Amino acid sequence: MGISRKKWELTIWMTRRGHGTYMDDEKLVASVAGVVERVNKLICVRPLKTRFNGEVGDVVVGRITEVQQKRWKVETNSRLDSVLLLSSVNLPGGELRRRSSEDELAMREYLQEGDLISAEVQSVFADGALSLHTRSLKYGKLGQGVLVQVSPSLIKRRKTHFHNLTCGASIILGNNGYVWIYPTPTEQNEEAGGFVTNTEPVPLSDREVISRLRNCILALSMHKMLLYDTSILYSYESAFHHQIKDILKPEIMEEIIEETRRRILEQEG
Amino acid sequence: YLHVALLFWQQVILCHCTLDDLRVDGRSCEDYRYVEVETDVVSNTSGSARVKLGHTDILVGIKAEIGRPKLDRPNKGCLEFFVDCSANATPEFEGRGGEELGTEIANALYRVYDNERSVDLKSLCITPMEHCWILYTDVLLLQCDGNLFDAISLAIKAALLTPSKIPKVQMMEDEEGTTEIELSDDPFDCVRLNTENVPCIVTLCKIGQRHVVDATLQEKACSVASLLVSVTSKGTITCVRKIGGGSLDPESIYEMIETGKRVGKALHAPLQDILNKEESLGKSREKVGFIG
Repeated sequence: MGISRKKWELTIWMTRRGHGTYMDDEKLVASVAGVVERVNKLICVRPLKTRFNGEVGDVVVGRITEVQQKRWKVETNSRLDSVLLLSSVNLPGGELRRRSSEDELAMREYLQEGDLISAEVQSVFADGALSLHTRSLKYGKLGQGVLVQVSPSLIKRRKTHFHNLTCGASIILGNNGYVWIYPTPTEQNEEAGGFVTNTEPVPLSDREVISRLRNCILALSMHKMLLYDTSILYSYESAFHHQIKDILKPEIMEEIIEETRRRILEQEG
Repeated sequence: YLHVALLFWQQVILCHCTLDDLRVDGRSCEDYRYVEVETDVVSNTSGSARVKLGHTDILVGIKAEIGRPKLDRPNKGCLEFFVDCSANATPEFEGRGGEELGTEIANALYRVYDNERSVDLKSLCITPMEHCWILYTDVLLLQCDGNLFDAISLAIKAALLTPSKIPKVQMMEDEEGTTEIELSDDPFDCVRLNTENVPCIVTLCKIGQRHVVDATLQEKACSVASLLVSVTSKGTITCVRKIGGGSLDPESIYEMIETGKRVGKALHAPLQDILNKEESLGKSREKVGFIG
């Protein structure tokens, strides 16, 4: 699905202008390139190239930038750094444990500057900053893997953003445009609550799958295609018989994207 | 260089990747990314080239001016380099932020290119001790994505290889004793520089136990030290320089130089082919430029 840069011109009769539009000679024109959204009479244009505007319930992948008193600052590709409060994380010892001053002093042992985490948006502050929480076993610190940064508007909103792909790797599609690709974990380490990670070397076959997925996701994002598990899987299958490093060459990328588009249309039609 | 915060585990996976010769984007340790070269993009220069290596974007323009030769080299021309780190490349280059990097790159370029072995400087001389051609080379960094030196050297070589519009001149002395410059009437009567010895720079970054060619910003953040090797098309090494704060073992330096020689020698032939193809298209070539 490509986004064209045509000027969307609509008559003003019985419509209300939303964000991303302006009036030009009694015609409603889009001021940004993006997708038109229509809610009853309200017409707005959601731009393609934008910072992440978080909503409650979004899954994000972020990087810790600061460790402050009782909270961490997380970079999530939004206008302001998001906040992860100490009371919003799962500490070892169970959920109902009271946060003591020892916990505050030991914050850096759990999450340091530079660590990657997956979290969910709990609420939005008045100034627009997001408040995150990792109060579930599927969220927490991320271990070995590869991060791919794409535009947030390319991530399709789905019921779940954690996928164990059939090709042999797992991905987390953060709504903020950060996609985390990692080897599928063989057994869950439940007691630690997601803070202990594996340092064993990842086998070569897994790493090949991860590299191929990374290049496919970059190819999809360069052609402005929506990212979700099916589109990523189709592009992986089209790219399977090419060499991993060739996927990013323009001619081969075109081929792969054409085939992915065709298969998606077939599946929908 | 630019500050990229990297998770400890990402460093671990990168080190393991180099051990198995499979980097994050699927390349082997000696593979370059996709390179685009276009020449003659700036119309009022003697030679220009634009190189895109991954997301690194470099624009080089060479202007030939007549000037006085240097005192220690009276019968040779010279090259002058100026590197401009544009603020478009990254916010860190705002204002005077890019000056340090620019001078570092310019100094390395002087070492590599401004000597008799790389460029035939004698052909740039007009009158010994009086007049010579000075090639003012301006390098503009439009976008930074790692591996600046390699891209800059490719661009300089491409700009020098294009039919540089250095006209043939003759100095005439008239009755009053002042010298006059006489240009030939034919606008296409140009001096073409002998560029068979112009080297290409290969940057090798040490990551873990091995070294990689053409490192991205993430890989550069994991490496402690890098080695710059400039290699001619015949495989001769003209300059070796270490950059970065970490230490390198002498054995690994030797290995890195060998790799640099191999990779650098292989760079020249494809570049020459592409430039020959471009030249043969002549006026009918579609110029992509900056908008396309």
